Amino acid sequence: MKSGSNLERVFLSGQFACTAEIGPPKSTSSRSISRHAAALKDYADALNLTDNQTAIVRLSSIAASVHVMKAGAEPVIQMTCRDRNRIALQSDLLGAYSLGVRNLLCLTGDHQSFGNHPTSKNVFDLDSVQLIRAVQQLRDGKVFVSGDKCKYEPRMFIGAAANPFGDPFAYRVVRLAKKVAAGADFIQTQAIFDVERFKRYMDMVRDMGLHEKTYIMAGIVPVKSATALRRNAEVPGMAVPDELVKRMAGVPKEKQKEEGVRIAVELIQQVREIEGVKGVHIMAIAWEDIVPELVDRAGLFPRPQLAKEDGDTSG
Amino acid sequence: MIVAERKPLDEIVPLLGDCQKIMVVGCSECVTVCQAGGEKEVNTLAALLKLRGFGQVLTAVLNRQCDPEFIVDLDAELEGVDCILSMGCGVGVQFLAERYSHTWVLPALNTKFGGGAREAGVWEERCGFCGECILHLTGGICPIIRCSKSLLNGPCGGSQEGNCEIRDDVECAWQLIYDRLVALNRLDLLTEPLPPKDWSTARDGGPRRVERSDVKAV
Repeated sequence: MKSGSNLERVFLSGQFACTAEIGPPKSTSSRSISRHAAALKDYADALNLTDNQTAIVRLSSIAASVHVMKAGAEPVIQMTCRDRNRIALQSDLLGAYSLGVRNLLCLTGDHQSFGNHPTSKNVFDLDSVQLIRAVQQLRDGKVFVSGDKCKYEPRMFIGAAANPFGDPFAYRVVRLAKKVAAGADFIQTQAIFDVERFKRYMDMVRDMGLHEKTYIMAGIVPVKSATALRRNAEVPGMAVPDELVKRMAGVPKEKQKEEGVRIAVELIQQVREIEGVKGVHIMAIAWEDIVPELVDRAGLFPRPQLAKEDGDTSG
Repeated sequence: MIVAERKPLDEIVPLLGDCQKIMVVGCSECVTVCQAGGEKEVNTLAALLKLRGFGQVLTAVLNRQCDPEFIVDLDAELEGVDCILSMGCGVGVQFLAERYSHTWVLPALNTKFGGGAREAGVWEERCGFCGECILHLTGGICPIIRCSKSLLNGPCGGSQEGNCEIRDDVECAWQLIYDRLVALNRLDLLTEPLPPKDWSTARDGGPRRVERSDVKAV
């Protein structure tokens, strides 16, 4: 066991994993985090805490993870390369581990021009591949990027993102291979709406044998309305088939929420059929309350209850 | 070359305050090529300042503002001058300020980047002056300055149809690198992870200097 996290144990048990996501608030109030964590904890193996997503200032992912743990759920902290150099990244990694965090998702980060501080400076001292490697070397080699030794190393279950819909399409799987080689234990993909294209991507993933070297979780985004679906389609690097937009638009407004849930459930069932997909990651940002229903209707409830083994480092 | 762009006149005028006698100084190097601070632009700015009511506007164009050897030419022309308005790049402004320690030196340009003319009237950034060139690894296209996130290991998830996620008029450097390495049959270069970059050779290591003993006067 690398980290002893619940998420790692679910994967090791061979069961289909399920994670969800909580977006921390734009204030000091932790209430929404605690409320969502309590509501979702039985429906997800771990909960991602986003790191100032879309470059908007929010309560920090590490602080949010403490509230999640207090509520009895397991956090996955997201960490982007946008705002911190290698000194701050490693420092936060040590701090997060000391607080009990055992899962980490290494991300490049949205460019700050999207957010509410577009005049800020960005960092990108490391890129996401280099961050994954740094976390892996700290865990398995007990060394910092500098080469200095770390006496009590953070033993994280290391995650990375993959976007099967970005360009150049053929290179996407090569980039995934780089992340896996760097030490990514699990992968959470960009939201899947275009299942056919995702299948082609997974064909390439299997051709390279990557599905046996890392746990791939398909990203699922439930949408409330046709407008929301169209907005998703406009995000760079997102692919939403026209038929899906038409289907949603063809439903009366008051029934679009229900249709959104139905689509998400279908997507979960479809990606689950693809060889090499070991779980789903549900990103219901600003609609966290829908996760239990979604997980239940997709047949993923109840979640595995796994006893911690003796000698687990997770706390 | 260094690419620069003139500040708007409405920003330059307040900088001049109540200066009466102004020396507008151009440069015959980069800023002449990018049409921001050469002889033509110096004359234009001088004429505009006169229209704004500045009585005495002198002009000069130095061969190179970033070279003390050529700045000397200005010495004899600064009698009674209240301020020097440099139409050189940021380097030129500073070299003038260093030589004329008792004269107010102002920038008329915004120095933008190291780049070139893609077509007439369009200049683009190509070099970030990081101090340690890696273009041999990336097909002659620099991801450090042309990727909005300076990524070294391939495109982020925001690359779409050749464009960067930040704006549709910005090319994705990694798409360009990929296309070029496909054409050269060198995709192998993109499978090897590049380690963290040593930024100490860049601005991050503090102000830089190059010293060459073979060039120094003996």
